[in-house]
Amino acid sequence: MQIYLVKLSAAIFGVVCAVSAAFNTPAQAEGIKADISYVRLTVERPPVLSNLDPIPPDEGLAGAVLGNNDNAGTGKFLGHKYSLSVFDLLKDGTLAPISGPLKQPGDLILIDAPAVAILAFADRPANADHLILNVRSPDVALRDANCRANVLHTAPSYAMRGDALAQFLLLRRWNDLVMIEGRHPADHAFANALQSSARKFGLMIKQVKKWVIDADLRRTASTELPLLTQEFPRHDILIVADETDDFARYLPYNTWLPRPIAGSEGITPVAWSGAVESWGAAQLQARFTDTAARTMRPVDYAAWAAIRSIGEAVTRTNSSDAASLRNYILSAAFELAGFKGRKLSFRNWNGQMRQVIHLTHPRAVVANAPLPGFLHQHSELDTLGLDAPESTCGAFDNP
Amino acid sequence: MYKFYHLRLAAALVMGLNAQTALAGEMWITNEKDHTVSVIDTKTLKVKATYNVGLRPRGITFAKDFSELYICASDDDAIDVLDPNTGLVIRRLESGEDPEQFALHPDNKHLYISNEEDALATVLNVETGEAVAEIDVGIEPEGMAVSPDGKIAIVTSETTNMVHWIDTESAEIFNNTLVAQRPRHGEFSKSGDRLWVSSEIGGTIAIIDTATQEIIQTLNMHIPGISDDLIQPVGIRLTDDGTKAFVALGPANHVAVIDAKTFEAIGFVLVGRRVWHLEFAEDEKQVFATNGISGDVTVIDVETLKPIKTIKVGRFPWGAAFRPG
Repeated sequence: MQIYLVKLSAAIFGVVCAVSAAFNTPAQAEGIKADISYVRLTVERPPVLSNLDPIPPDEGLAGAVLGNNDNAGTGKFLGHKYSLSVFDLLKDGTLAPISGPLKQPGDLILIDAPAVAILAFADRPANADHLILNVRSPDVALRDANCRANVLHTAPSYAMRGDALAQFLLLRRWNDLVMIEGRHPADHAFANALQSSARKFGLMIKQVKKWVIDADLRRTASTELPLLTQEFPRHDILIVADETDDFARYLPYNTWLPRPIAGSEGITPVAWSGAVESWGAAQLQARFTDTAARTMRPVDYAAWAAIRSIGEAVTRTNSSDAASLRNYILSAAFELAGFKGRKLSFRNWNGQMRQVIHLTHPRAVVANAPLPGFLHQHSELDTLGLDAPESTCGAFDNP
Repeated sequence: MYKFYHLRLAAALVMGLNAQTALAGEMWITNEKDHTVSVIDTKTLKVKATYNVGLRPRGITFAKDFSELYICASDDDAIDVLDPNTGLVIRRLESGEDPEQFALHPDNKHLYISNEEDALATVLNVETGEAVAEIDVGIEPEGMAVSPDGKIAIVTSETTNMVHWIDTESAEIFNNTLVAQRPRHGEFSKSGDRLWVSSEIGGTIAIIDTATQEIIQTLNMHIPGISDDLIQPVGIRLTDDGTKAFVALGPANHVAVIDAKTFEAIGFVLVGRRVWHLEFAEDEKQVFATNGISGDVTVIDVETLKPIKTIKVGRFPWGAAFRPG
């Protein structure tokens, strides 16, 4: 509130002397200890065509481990302690402790699970006042009609990723699209988001094909895929929704028309990629590779950002109480440096973390969304995903 | 404009006649992605030499008598020592891993170095090449400054969001000041009683009282037409007379000029893309600003606060250090 008042009263072309109290070092507090739990549900993944690029078993968790180290780096100067405990969420809903000091999850939780499991977990009466951060599910409904007051999201939604791609295509004037949609529910969810984004930004998806080919594309892609794509009307770019990483890798250079690919392959809108190296990201990538011995993936980034958000709130509030941390994280005072070129903060209407979405291919960043020219009355980052008027989430008390 | 050209012509002529004597000052610029330094003649405003140095040169500073030039060769984990008369690296000091920035103690003997990837500050004796102290600091230390009386060194850590205050006598941290997100650079006032710290992602400047290590002012800057979250302050320079501060605003592509007494903005000077660090030349009549993305250096006239020339240098110009003529 103070900050807003100061901003209002400031001359547009001036320098404001804000009240410094917000940034003063908290008194050296004894006994502030933040015990964070990482709750994960290991999901069976459908078989995919290629044996390349297996998903690492510590995907997500490795980011949390790094974020916990980063928090401890600050905590040691302030007398704040941090711990990380890992739990497997079993099919019957019970929790198996895997590592760390806690035998039961505390009230500061990172959840790495599909939307259905997140809702079931968040709706347990005992968890009502917990602070739960979703580091994996991109499900749009979790930020909309199915939102929960106790669940914040550091993973971007499909809508944010779709909007990022749509902005890029519009800026390039690649307005005519066709789409191939995979067979899995996740493919359908991403395809829906891409449809909404195309509508929002005035692009035209001229035709959608469901993926039906079951041949071994490792041998037949060059004969099958030109035929499949020959039937499409004229288009500027082919977008593909293949969120299980099944077939899309065979599309580039095997299309009837020489067209680029975007979506789950080609130019991909992602929260993070090994190709991100600006804004100090090279440091984060190096620290991650040192601890995890692999490249940082989007879910790792979401977990890192979640645990850093908790850490940042502990640092500034001098507290580890879930309600205080949640209030601070959702307040206008919260900001986090996240190696994306703009500060991270949370939307107070649905708990989604605002963030830059990178448009990448495996060897470089193509562009970063929000793209230049996509303006917003409050934050350009809110041009991505569900803005306050679009979200039907009613669980948050918007000031 | 005509006059200006005439003057430059005349200067060039004089330079040609007196090729042996170094009348003009020199601005030395590190080019992070070229492994070189560019030397700009501050009279003609032209690059007069480019020298090869170690890998990924960033921090740069002269010895107090300008007899030697120190450069952080970040990817070589070393400090290169150059003879500024020849541009040759005359010796190389082991700095600890990934030195990014440093500050030379007024004793002209000790470099205080931030080791970005190791969460350390190293104190190096430049005469013996010996590391005399290593201090554990926060994650990603970057900004480094030593107070004019030499009693205090400060280091900013970017991920820990702190200023660490080091007693140079004991080489121990005696206090930490929490600041806004991603503190990049610290600069003491000439009198030493104030420390200015830029927070790149926080978008603010903290002015800290050296005696209490407490923030006394936090400055926010607004430029019409530029999104507030793109105002990302990095390099700071304060005039010796204590009247003005110059602040490089990163991707906002402007240098802010601030009245150092009232903390009001005097103006914003449009420069190149992603402006990073700043340095005064010619008795503080000019400020040179390194523009990382556009690969050039903008020269600002301190009196008129106008950019007077942009000079192409190498790739990713990072730091700047001035040697008077």
